[in-house]
Amino acid sequence: MSIDQFVQYLIVGLTDGSIYALVGLGFTIIYAVTRIINFAQGEFVMIGGMLSYTLATSAGLSIPLSFLVSVLSAAAVGAMMYLFAIRTARRASVISLIIITIGFSIFVRGVAAEIWGVSNVRPPFFSGKAPVSLPFVDAVITPQAIWIIGTAVVVTLLLHLFLKYTMVGKALKACAVNPKAAGLVGINARTMALIAFVLAAVIGGTSGVVMAPHILASYDMGVMLGLKGFVAASIGGFKNPIATVAGGLLLGVVENVAVGINWGPFTSSYKHVIALMVLLLILLIKSGRLASEERAA
Amino acid sequence: MQKYLKRAATLILAVAVLAVGSASCGDGDGATAESYKVGALLSTTGGASNLGVPEANTVEMMVEQINAAGGINGRLLEVIVYNDETDAAKCANLANRLIEQDEVLAIIGPTTSGNSLAIIETVTSAQIPLVSCAASADIIEPVEERYWVFKTPQTDRQVVAEIYTYLQSEGITKIAIMTATSSFGTGGKKYLESEAGDFGLTIVANQVFDEGATSMISQLTVIKGTDAEAVVCWAIDPESAVVAMDMQTLQIDLPLLCSHGIANMDFIAAAGDAANGVIFPAGKLPVVSYVPQTDPQWEVLTTYKADYESRYTGGVSTFGGHAYDALSMVVIALEDLEEGLSLAESRAAIRDNLESISGFVGTGGIFTMSPTDHLGMQPGSLALIEIVDGEWTWKQ
Repeated sequence: MSIDQFVQYLIVGLTDGSIYALVGLGFTIIYAVTRIINFAQGEFVMIGGMLSYTLATSAGLSIPLSFLVSVLSAAAVGAMMYLFAIRTARRASVISLIIITIGFSIFVRGVAAEIWGVSNVRPPFFSGKAPVSLPFVDAVITPQAIWIIGTAVVVTLLLHLFLKYTMVGKALKACAVNPKAAGLVGINARTMALIAFVLAAVIGGTSGVVMAPHILASYDMGVMLGLKGFVAASIGGFKNPIATVAGGLLLGVVENVAVGINWGPFTSSYKHVIALMVLLLILLIKSGRLASEERAA
Repeated sequence: MQKYLKRAATLILAVAVLAVGSASCGDGDGATAESYKVGALLSTTGGASNLGVPEANTVEMMVEQINAAGGINGRLLEVIVYNDETDAAKCANLANRLIEQDEVLAIIGPTTSGNSLAIIETVTSAQIPLVSCAASADIIEPVEERYWVFKTPQTDRQVVAEIYTYLQSEGITKIAIMTATSSFGTGGKKYLESEAGDFGLTIVANQVFDEGATSMISQLTVIKGTDAEAVVCWAIDPESAVVAMDMQTLQIDLPLLCSHGIANMDFIAAAGDAANGVIFPAGKLPVVSYVPQTDPQWEVLTTYKADYESRYTGGVSTFGGHAYDALSMVVIALEDLEEGLSLAESRAAIRDNLESISGFVGTGGIFTMSPTDHLGMQPGSLALIEIVDGEWTWKQ
């Protein structure tokens, strides 16, 4: 593997990793605040991507405007999901709620297939598709990839500031740390849950809009993305946004460098398997720790 | 009182369910007094939807045309189409439903090699003929174990030979191959590897990607670091389009040869200008305008193209053509079907009729089936197609 090739794998890895990180953030936020694993997270991404395609092509909206409308729509779907699917079942166990999210994801995919059909679509690139050659090495990056990585950085930064310096952010963190104690100091758990769902939907929708030109959008793009984002979130322990982002980036880089190694099990044949192997490893390591945390709580 | 109401309601519900259930059972001979029932397993959603949708459209169109012209032997044709969602498990379930509940006489499809291979056991033990619309040679080989299975698309082995003949004539000796991990892709990979030596070709890079993969840059970066003179890609259109686009991004200036899995407009729409210069072998349907009127297939090709494009958007594709060939041959088999046979006897008779079809002029080629060849496609059926300015041209 030459230096040029390694840099190329790194670039692709950081791009893919940013995508996984953004999806993973949605899982982390909802789980931290509500203890629910939202298996419909990939669908928020899909809504962002598919809607931005329709708005930018059929409705002829400019890219910033279609971005705004798509993200707001994803937020609305997130709010409706919480209010009508989750809150109405509030007396159910967490496991039941998780299954409800699976049902919701199937529902959303079905509606999307009805509206948009089953073909892949590509929204217009934000800044064209002419690849940018890097200095000093023979590697390229596409403008859309730069947008994706940039979006991941900005979103992570904004989220961090939000959680640390705003009242609502601190209230969310309080719920994550100890829901009962948060309730005792006057934080309304249901409002926080709604905010968590909307926030996850906004981040999901944003990532969908920015990644759709790069990876092609379709009604079922959320399935594989949800899986990869879930792996990223589990590397982050479902609690820490920064760890989630690091997990996503790590996953993306490892997947692509493995292809480049092209030796033994590290070949393109196992690219997707790597995410699942990492997941298995995390679950084995963490299950022990999670179990002892549950006992202590 | 409440308890008795509940019991009564349950009883009524149970009776209603039984009534509906028995009403949907067939009457045991594969045909009502008015119609012949044929099943179709097509992937109209999922990864192979760009192939399955034209197939389903073609079936719909043909059924209407046949019934409007009086049907077959005075009976109507009824084709029950199920969507297997490009999922082998669902396909197997639906195959059982067609065989046992709907009691069809024959099945056309599935769309993909993976799903076709998944139901070979099912149709063989149920003793019902299957005419697949998928490419892998394993579907009909070894023919001793494929007594009930036929297919209409050219096999992967034939298409590989066509590609390799072209590369050899261009003086190319070193190639890189990029294949999908689907059954279609691994089938192609097998023949790409085994036939290379016969055409003086060495494979210097051998990369794979999953169906649904959205970036091939890493695999192509590996290829870029080798001395390959051409890239051969074996996948259907979504993934092949990504290969074409990523080659353009990485500025890999090598010729790209693809399988016959990209013979629809969706490939060109998805790949944009990266599609130009791509070369692939397929049946003559995409390049009908280049086919001379003296070609025995000319009439079938032009009629099918005109009919399809007047009813459906998206342009004609070879996949709809495979379904046309499959259903046409089943219809020919039905025309010779005796009256009064039981379901099992009818299915066996249709199988025998299919196997004796000779000289059927279809869209994919001219078919002559035999006990040793359940594809029966005569040479000269493949055209080498090059995409120029977003259009298909016949490279001769």
